[in-house]
Amino acid sequence: MLRFLISRLLTFIPTFIGVCIISFAFIRVLPGDPIVVMAGERGLSDERYQEMVEQFGFDRPLIVQFWDFFTGVLQGDLGTSFVTKRPVFDEFFALFPATLELSFCAIVIAIVLGLPAGVIAAVNRGKFFDRALMSSALVGYSMPIFWWALLLIIIFSGNLGWTPVSGRIDLLYFFPPVTGFMLIDSLLSGQDGAFTSAVRHLILPSIVLATIPLAVIARQTRSAMLEVLGEDYIRTARSKGLAPPRVNGLHALRNAMIPVITVIGLSVGMLLAGAILTETIFSWPGIGKWMVDSIYRRDYPVVQGGLLMVALMVMVVNLIVDLTYGLINPKIRKR
Amino acid sequence: MADVSSSTNTTPTDAATARPGRFKEFWRYFKENRGAVIGFYVFVFFLIVAIFAPLLAPFDPSSQNRAATLVPPFWQSGGNWTYPLGTDPLGRDMLSRLIHGARYSFLVGTVVVILAATGGILTGLVAGFAPKWLDTIIMRIMDIILSIPSLLLALVLVAILGPSLLNAMIAIAIVLQPHYVRLTRAAVMTELSKDYVVSAKVAGARLPRLMFVTVLPNCLAPIIVQAALSFSNAILDVAALGFLGMGAQPPTPEWGTMLAEAREFILRAWWVVTFPGLAILVTVLAINLMGDGLRDALDPKLKRS
Repeated sequence: MLRFLISRLLTFIPTFIGVCIISFAFIRVLPGDPIVVMAGERGLSDERYQEMVEQFGFDRPLIVQFWDFFTGVLQGDLGTSFVTKRPVFDEFFALFPATLELSFCAIVIAIVLGLPAGVIAAVNRGKFFDRALMSSALVGYSMPIFWWALLLIIIFSGNLGWTPVSGRIDLLYFFPPVTGFMLIDSLLSGQDGAFTSAVRHLILPSIVLATIPLAVIARQTRSAMLEVLGEDYIRTARSKGLAPPRVNGLHALRNAMIPVITVIGLSVGMLLAGAILTETIFSWPGIGKWMVDSIYRRDYPVVQGGLLMVALMVMVVNLIVDLTYGLINPKIRKR
Repeated sequence: MADVSSSTNTTPTDAATARPGRFKEFWRYFKENRGAVIGFYVFVFFLIVAIFAPLLAPFDPSSQNRAATLVPPFWQSGGNWTYPLGTDPLGRDMLSRLIHGARYSFLVGTVVVILAATGGILTGLVAGFAPKWLDTIIMRIMDIILSIPSLLLALVLVAILGPSLLNAMIAIAIVLQPHYVRLTRAAVMTELSKDYVVSAKVAGARLPRLMFVTVLPNCLAPIIVQAALSFSNAILDVAALGFLGMGAQPPTPEWGTMLAEAREFILRAWWVVTFPGLAILVTVLAINLMGDGLRDALDPKLKRS
């Protein structure tokens, strides 16, 4: 196990360096001079321009610039935003809870609905339930979620008026962020209706973001279950006269979980990609919207730092999935 | 030289016992999946619409009629048969724009799949045949690309290249390419240990022949399935980029771009938002249905059972 752990950790390092190189290189090849962009319409005198080139170190060799960037990254310094003048690292962690809260709710919805759907479909293979569930899963999988979001807004916000269109909470409520998670903070604040407001803001974005992972989890659970249900020990359990829920739930699902857990872990990347669209549409102040806005504003340090942080998140989650996978299934370790 | 890939029909004995032709056999398995056949017909329908768009569309997709802005579809009060699916805020016919939009979606799917598959298959073949150090380097690079969420990477790439449909296609192709590399490499690895490859080597086949003639045809099944899946992914992602203003630029009647233009009217005119998205959904769904059927038909494990 230790050898597996170490070898897996060792592959993490070159990938991390590679991601650093990519996010660094992107900014250097972007068209347009970042300093001119930063100066805006007022323009710059030649002396001030030179001063700023030196300040940002653009006059030094690329390799030196990269080394500075890389050592900075290792110390948690991702540079300063051109627009807000705040450190990118601080901005990332100020906004990250919003994305985390949204993604967490989405993945909970996806698991709570997706797992049973997959099990029911597998148990009723070829019957009506199977077909209905798998057809809906395929529709969900094919869904352009930006359109799905607009559709839900038309129905639930426009026609029915049940949910708000954007933001995390009504402007009526104000309280200092404690944890950064609106659901918890609104409860802590003790203000009447704050929690309900937070939930009402959260519900549509979570549904939208959950759609594709839900479909993927349902499909994966079904196929993993089908594979397991054909095994000998399931036949044994059945012939022993165990109740079907016990066989399906305990014997089969437990063994079908391994590929499902992998899919759940891998859907983190999917969630972050989905968060870009979901957060933009619902004006959700999280990482996705922050990245899109920075790209529009050509705020290079934020694009560079944000890309790196997001990739790092995905890599860490993939690493954890791999390690747990190795923990559950000893065969993997030997490879 | 033994060309294993096309030697299925070498000994035709009795018509009843002979194996059916490759395509016939494929179609027989494909046909069993009713959803896949429906998907196939929908796909063909959209393809015909895309090809004959200028003949089918009643209006020019970018001609504006200031007298008829935001006309609802014909079944709603205020709608008429001149504009069966209504008009957008600039008085352009929705139906004509949707029909022309089909062209862009198919263009996007085809170009992206060709770019991603060519690059990915070549890189995957090289990785599969290469010495271990080169293989490691290639696969690490693919890991790096895969660790960045696809849409985010595409977004940044388009920001670098400048927003346009072509650049969006290039960005999506780069993002989708690692999947082909992984698939091809894995398939090559399994094939390389098989006897027919060894015998081809012994018979003196050189590396290019070994790569492209001996091994590659036997790796194609998973790649074809992947091609179907990435065709639909490409349509979705390019529409998403268009929606974020980083893909096709207005007034191009690309479905994602149409949605972006219509966003501010969602609560006033449901049809300008509903139809382009529905078109994306139906196309992508049809292709995914086909992909499922392809997988079932090409997967040897399922065939035997």
